[in-house]
Amino acid sequence: MTDNDKLTSSSSIELLSFRVGGQDYSVDIMSVREIRGSAKATSLPHAPFFVKGVINLRGTVLPIIDLSARLGLQTGEDSERNVIIVVDLGERTVGLMVDAVSDILAIPSEEMQPPPDLAADDARTFVSALTIVDGRMIRILDLEAVMPPQGEEVA
Amino acid sequence: MSDPMAEIRASFFIECEELLESLQDGLQLMDDGDTDPETINIVFRAVHSIKGGAGAFGLDDLVHFAHRFETAMDEVRAGRFQPDGEAIRLFFTCADVLGDLVRAARDDDAVSSEVTDPVLEKLEKLVGVEEESEEELDFTPATLSLDLSLDFGGDAGLPNLPDLSDLPMAGADESPLDLSSSEEATEPLVASKGFTVFFKPEPALYISGNEPLYLFRALRDLGDLAVTCHAASLPLLDSIDPDIGHLSWTLTVHTEESEQTVREVFEFVDGLCQLDITPLAAAPVAPSPASVAVVPALPPLPPLVQPEPVAARPAPDPASTATPNDAPVTAAPKPEAPQEEASPAPVKSSATTTSEGTTPTKTTGTPTQPRATVRVDLERIDRLVNLVGELVINQAMLSQSVTEAGLPPNSPVSTGLEEFLQLTRDIQESVMMIRAQPIKSLFQRMGRIVRESSASVGKEVRLHTDGENTEVDKTVIERLADPLTHMIRNAVDHGLESPEKRLAVDKSREGHVTLTAQHRSGRIVIEVSDDGAGINRERVKAKAIEKGLIPAEAQLSDGDIDNLLFLPGFSTAQEISNLSGRGVGMDVVKSSIQALGGRIAITSQEGKGTTFSISLPLTLAVLDGMVVRVADETLVVPLNAILETLTLTDDDVKALGPETHVVQIRGGFVPLLDLGAELGYRPPQESYVGGIALLIGQEDGNRAALAVDAIEDQRQVVIKGLEGSYGRVPGIAAATILGDGQIALILDPTDLVSQASGRTRPRKPQHALVG
Amino acid sequence: MSLEVLAVDDSRTMRDMLNLALSSAGFTAHLAEDGIHGLEVLEDIEPDVIITDINMPRMDGFGFIDAVRSEDKWSRIPILVLTTESADELKAKARAAGATGWIVKPFDPAKLVKALQMVAG
Repeated sequence: MTDNDKLTSSSSIELLSFRVGGQDYSVDIMSVREIRGSAKATSLPHAPFFVKGVINLRGTVLPIIDLSARLGLQTGEDSERNVIIVVDLGERTVGLMVDAVSDILAIPSEEMQPPPDLAADDARTFVSALTIVDGRMIRILDLEAVMPPQGEEVA
Repeated sequence: MSDPMAEIRASFFIECEELLESLQDGLQLMDDGDTDPETINIVFRAVHSIKGGAGAFGLDDLVHFAHRFETAMDEVRAGRFQPDGEAIRLFFTCADVLGDLVRAARDDDAVSSEVTDPVLEKLEKLVGVEEESEEELDFTPATLSLDLSLDFGGDAGLPNLPDLSDLPMAGADESPLDLSSSEEATEPLVASKGFTVFFKPEPALYISGNEPLYLFRALRDLGDLAVTCHAASLPLLDSIDPDIGHLSWTLTVHTEESEQTVREVFEFVDGLCQLDITPLAAAPVAPSPASVAVVPALPPLPPLVQPEPVAARPAPDPASTATPNDAPVTAAPKPEAPQEEASPAPVKSSATTTSEGTTPTKTTGTPTQPRATVRVDLERIDRLVNLVGELVINQAMLSQSVTEAGLPPNSPVSTGLEEFLQLTRDIQESVMMIRAQPIKSLFQRMGRIVRESSASVGKEVRLHTDGENTEVDKTVIERLADPLTHMIRNAVDHGLESPEKRLAVDKSREGHVTLTAQHRSGRIVIEVSDDGAGINRERVKAKAIEKGLIPAEAQLSDGDIDNLLFLPGFSTAQEISNLSGRGVGMDVVKSSIQALGGRIAITSQEGKGTTFSISLPLTLAVLDGMVVRVADETLVVPLNAILETLTLTDDDVKALGPETHVVQIRGGFVPLLDLGAELGYRPPQESYVGGIALLIGQEDGNRAALAVDAIEDQRQVVIKGLEGSYGRVPGIAAATILGDGQIALILDPTDLVSQASGRTRPRKPQHALVG
Repeated sequence: MSLEVLAVDDSRTMRDMLNLALSSAGFTAHLAEDGIHGLEVLEDIEPDVIITDINMPRMDGFGFIDAVRSEDKWSRIPILVLTTESADELKAKARAAGATGWIVKPFDPAKLVKALQMVAG
């Protein structure tokens, strides 16, 4: 990456970029706890459609979000190539199921842009900022919005 | 650091619980005929300590009650009152009320005087001590100030005073030594308010450990102080009796303080000295100035009189030793007299060997720390419990891998793994025990229930307890209180006969309720039994039929009939008594026990009595479960909810409506639920015949049959909460991790059944077959 | 003037409070649970003053004072008795047992310090 010489620059944030449903997304690397291969999830009854279920992450129960389903993107078949990004969000830890992890980017803060208001598709509400890297648009995921509502009871 | 007083307050209430426990123990011993003075002392001390702490926190109600209780116990202790059975029962009641007051104080609540006053009245009438209002007034709680820093003003603690020795010393002239600053010294002393104090210590004052110098300093804190020492009576050096002080002083203090305050300085020496305090204006500076010596009397730190049998001290100043007795003399003790000299380590005298008790036995360890337990945050323990849970799971996974690898059972890996398994279990058990505490506190509460409930139904009942040191998980103990209370009430109310009936069948007038706890094969077993009439099965059955709970023709075993008691709203009492029957039944008891992962059983023998037996897991962190498969998912069903497993036959399964089925079991009908459909894993099946169902005993006494595809295993699983990571899932209690590392959900049968759709048939028109 | 104080009381709450009051006043507090324990502690430290409760298990305050007073090396240590009663009888008893003074429980920290000053500077 040509733009990443100033990795340690204090005014830049580091992003983990990944592909999901054929699009480029990223999350703040500070919220990423680990990246691991896919595992068979135990499905949860009455869970929202985008909750794959729960897996065993070294003894803890980790809910898995199928991110492409969550973002309303076309869902490919589950494949062994799927990757789970384990993210921490305050008290909660969840796994995001994505197609593949791409890179770690350091983006100067001033190059981050708010998402335009025009977009009307579902995915828009899950994007907190945008940036361009090597001519590609990288969406920064709003983790808070992606989380399943907690304590929700779906009868 | 949090508020230290709040911490002490919290620990006070914990201590109170311990004291209440020993109070109960002591009373129980007294009730059993123990007249050992130490037993009575323990009882007294418990009340006394509660009062002491309560006073410090200004808990007036508690202090008031404890004080009167203590006074009564003091009468017993002093042998002025010999308590009989009735008195001890009253003491028990007092202990109960004291406990109520403690808890009310802790929770910022109050106990109505309608509760406390009659008890106190009875107590005083019985013991014969009238309310001593004087004593009461004497014990006005002086609340310990919460802001200690204000009281002490930072680091030093003591008021910032110059050392007396630093003050300007007057020469050996005839004027009183003026300790005030030089500017003020020119002003006539008598002009200001104050007191003249004549102080002549008696030998006993020194023996008691008091020290005039410190008293003078305390006096100086009140205002400017002038000290005149009268050494006239000082004998010659060779005739000084070291145990007798020969000096007296006149002290003039200029202060705004009251005489009372001045007198308080001498509180500890009152009676050990000659003390005359007169307001300044009315008194001469010294009783007879002509005859006394005026000396710069105040030496630096060493005590004025140190009557040690070592050297004759106080020693007069060598410069003036020649002066006769009644001539002026400078009689300051040698200021340089070293302190060490005053306390030489003497050869142990006979006095040190007076009794065993006075010769301290040396123990190792930090002597200044009370031998105490470690207080650990419950969260930390729970974390440890969780980690050990991981270990157990990990171990199970490892075992499975080894089995799958096809290693022979005698291979080093297998035997090593066996040892690992044993160690893991030991660790798990030890960790669980950290959360455990003796069930004693709970049993003691039941003592009260027996006393209160027997009194209200006019029965005489004695509670026996056994195994009260059995340790049970803290949370389990807390959650057992309600069901156990109900069972005890039930035993007193329904189990035991009236005294008249008992006498008629050659039983003792007094009924007996026994409460026991023990560890039995990895579980806690608690039994509540009575020696009453036993269950009247004919009446129970008749009632169940009358209430439509069972068909009239139902063939029930004795055990089946006994279990009818757990049906909701079931009551065998002819009329609703004061105690039970108010909406709480054995059904609620059963569901509470089940919620703890426990089971409850009943055995009864006509004429002999009834026993309820509760079996509980050692901890809430593991659960005995049945591992089942349904729609390719693995689920764990808590074993305590399963009554039996059924193989469904054509005869048993009947369609009830267009979408529902029931199963016929021994004359009763039970709804059939398709677990896979209820959890949304799949649509209802076409047929369940030949399938397997679990008969679930619901907490409301109703039953349901859960259709599953297969039963795989029965095992203990470690409970993993879902709430923290995901949230609540309807019908699911928690999750666990199986030996293959896969997560399995643990069913909450009651929740599942209560929310069930009951759909066991695909949605398509069908003609109904009503069974 | 930092005094070393040995405080003997069987009530944990009282020990906690004495400890707090004493250390807040800049004193060094040593704590013991009863008379026997108090004597054990005395073997290791030399306090400027002792505060003791009366009613304690194993060895009560009177027994403790007696034991302290009968040991020459401790016989001069001022001893304050902690009592909930201010009854003169009890004071007389405390004094007869060899106590130097007394503190009426519940104590006010300022009064505690004052009492300590009156007997130990």
